Amino acid sequence: MRIGVTVFPGSNCDRDALHAIERAGATPVELWHADASLKGVDAVVVPGGFSYGDYLRPGAIARFAKVMGSLEEFANAGGPVLGVCNGFQVLTEAHLLPGALLRNAHMRFVCSRAPVRFESVETPWTSLFESGDQLTLPVAHNEGNYFADEKTIAQIEDEGRVVLRYLENPNGSLNDIAGICNEGRNVVGLMPHPERASDPALGSGEGLKVFESVLSFAGIKA
Amino acid sequence: MADTLKIRVLVRPKTGILDPQGEAVRRALPALGFEGVRTVHIGRLVEMEVESADEVEGMCRRLLANPTIEEYEWEVVR
Repeated sequence: MRIGVTVFPGSNCDRDALHAIERAGATPVELWHADASLKGVDAVVVPGGFSYGDYLRPGAIARFAKVMGSLEEFANAGGPVLGVCNGFQVLTEAHLLPGALLRNAHMRFVCSRAPVRFESVETPWTSLFESGDQLTLPVAHNEGNYFADEKTIAQIEDEGRVVLRYLENPNGSLNDIAGICNEGRNVVGLMPHPERASDPALGSGEGLKVFESVLSFAGIKA
Repeated sequence: MADTLKIRVLVRPKTGILDPQGEAVRRALPALGFEGVRTVHIGRLVEMEVESADEVEGMCRRLLANPTIEEYEWEVVR
């Protein structure tokens, strides 16, 4: 299985994501922002960082990068897409996921480890988890405060589209939401960083299962 | 060369949306001795020179503001 990682100017978790993909047993493929080709990958990760310096709004400029047009087609055709942190922000700006990520309620950058609980696991990126599984994942963001209007929140809750919830809310996000998926369940956005917890050498390997999940979902034994 | 128009776009958080920047500034003002400030909201000012105003609405909707969390208004500056 080949898994692509988009690289924008200012991405800084792309190498971690490529490393995690390799450790999970897939072939990592860099996807340059100015290149429309997805190089035939089977899944795509939009990594964390500060694409385009977070100018205007996080993700607002990256959303119009050349690679994003192909990514939107891929996502709309059901291809598995995972956005982490800035990648989550890019996916909301691109309207591939509902809502927006606001400035943290307390106005401080959060850099810590957040205990989280998996809620709905019926997505390609969470297929090896069980609903209720708890783990601790690194968080590092300034705009992680998930917001959507009341109607949208009710809809994603009713449809079981909250993928991950904080046990201790670090940023003020509505309903403690740390991750959601789209209606088709193939596009997932997470504020915490599973790729930064994918190697015991970095303190934790628990997040690797997110990448192993997408292989398992595709019928490949991890 | 075509004359250019000066455009001023004002983007602000939608009413009711948490504005932690504004709130932090509101709380900082009394610390400097400025009393009586009830609310502070912080938005963004975008100034552009364009050849035509025809596309400004689309620019606001698609890029300059995020309609999920922000509202905008724009004017041609004389």
